[in-house]
Amino acid sequence: MNASSLVCFLLILLVPLAPIGLALLNAGLNRSRSAAQALLGSLCLMAVAAVAYSVVGWSLEGVAGGASHSVFLGGVSWNWIATRPLLLRGVRWTAPESCAVVLQVFAVGMAALIPWGSGAERWRLSSACVATVLLAGFAYPIFAHWVWGGGWLAQLGSDFHLGSGFMDPGGAATIQMLGGLTALVVVWIAGARRGKFPESGPPAAIPAHHIVYVLFGCMTALVGWFALNAAGAILFTGAEPAALARTVVNTMLCACGALLAALVVTRLRFGKPDASLCANSWVTGLAASSAVAALVSPAAALFTGVVAGGLLPLIIEFFEVCCRLDDPSGGIAVHGFGGLWGLLACGLLWRARAGQMVAQLVGIATLLGLVLPATYLFYRLLNRVAPFRTHPEGERIGMDLHELGAGAYPEFVMHSDEFLPR
Amino acid sequence: MKLAGFGLLLSGWILVILALILLPAPAERAAFVLAAVAVEGLGMGLEMRAHRANAGDGQ
Repeated sequence: MNASSLVCFLLILLVPLAPIGLALLNAGLNRSRSAAQALLGSLCLMAVAAVAYSVVGWSLEGVAGGASHSVFLGGVSWNWIATRPLLLRGVRWTAPESCAVVLQVFAVGMAALIPWGSGAERWRLSSACVATVLLAGFAYPIFAHWVWGGGWLAQLGSDFHLGSGFMDPGGAATIQMLGGLTALVVVWIAGARRGKFPESGPPAAIPAHHIVYVLFGCMTALVGWFALNAAGAILFTGAEPAALARTVVNTMLCACGALLAALVVTRLRFGKPDASLCANSWVTGLAASSAVAALVSPAAALFTGVVAGGLLPLIIEFFEVCCRLDDPSGGIAVHGFGGLWGLLACGLLWRARAGQMVAQLVGIATLLGLVLPATYLFYRLLNRVAPFRTHPEGERIGMDLHELGAGAYPEFVMHSDEFLPR
Repeated sequence: MKLAGFGLLLSGWILVILALILLPAPAERAAFVLAAVAVEGLGMGLEMRAHRANAGDGQ
């Protein structure tokens, strides 16, 4: 293993801080009666995702230049799926490709947590685990092969003279946007929480139960994102370790710009800054940074973050009020919109060869036009076998008691004798 | 409405692929890809409307 691979490997060991941050965000944004199920579910889904990816996913994703299937269409070879052995057999563990395997095992868990947060307080853990098998075993690796494994999106530059091909060094499309669109499918299928959208009047506000978890999760996620974007820059753009400082600074600037823009927007909109919306904007800045941090100038990264964070509170409100999407963690807007904007910003702001913006649009169109309908179809079928939505009683008493038999805060109960005169 | 929305989404993606294959001129290709993304935008709009129409209190 050379020096670059060693630096990359050490960075990848910090990547799990990103999904840990998302897990804390998801748990904190729920009501207290579902907090334990949210955190245990996060662990379970990361485990399921890692196993499914290791058993099936890697064989479909592979590496650039590895064995793959191609279709010849229009005089061009469309590389659409890898053909590696199952169960990680054939991985050369001393070669740089082993770093990519480790990164993907963590990154796929991160993608799996995004829909889990959006389906919170009504999505059954068992059906979420099965859904994660589909995501981590098939949807994620196939799309990741197209982008990172030498697939047809990566070859748009050489085959169709579209810039440098579809660029996504940190996973804005493969992790964030894919996770956000999967979250949208889950919310469509599972429906809203009881009481969220009353017959008349505006949607009910269901506040986060532990904003300290949420904000601490943001801080944890920052470190994970530094590592994710830096490792992605080494693995997928060929950056040298000495050139990673710009990637880290750009990641920070994206998140900071997003947070400050959200502070101003929520202050103007609601009279006071909103902690949960600001936290979500921080994460959407990070999601957008995954596309641009390794490629653009610091000023462009700051602009990307400001736009992402400034628009996010309005988009979350639009989704809730106008589209009636009940998304407790805001994952659809945070990761779906954040990733989408990052990919567009990459096309707009990166001084690449001509056609880069068209390449970015082709990748986005593939996620919206192919991956989203396919995910909906398979999740809809899965919903017939393993229903997503929990029993009404589970929603009433909370997912902790219903699925786990015990609450996250067993002492957090008011006893009548506490109010007796002493 | 939901099915029509997915139809538009898929049509948009097929238009993108056709633009790549059939249109070698960069300007035409870019315009066609933009139009295809607009078709997908219509599809998403239809999906959102379909969800809104069916979104009750605790489905």
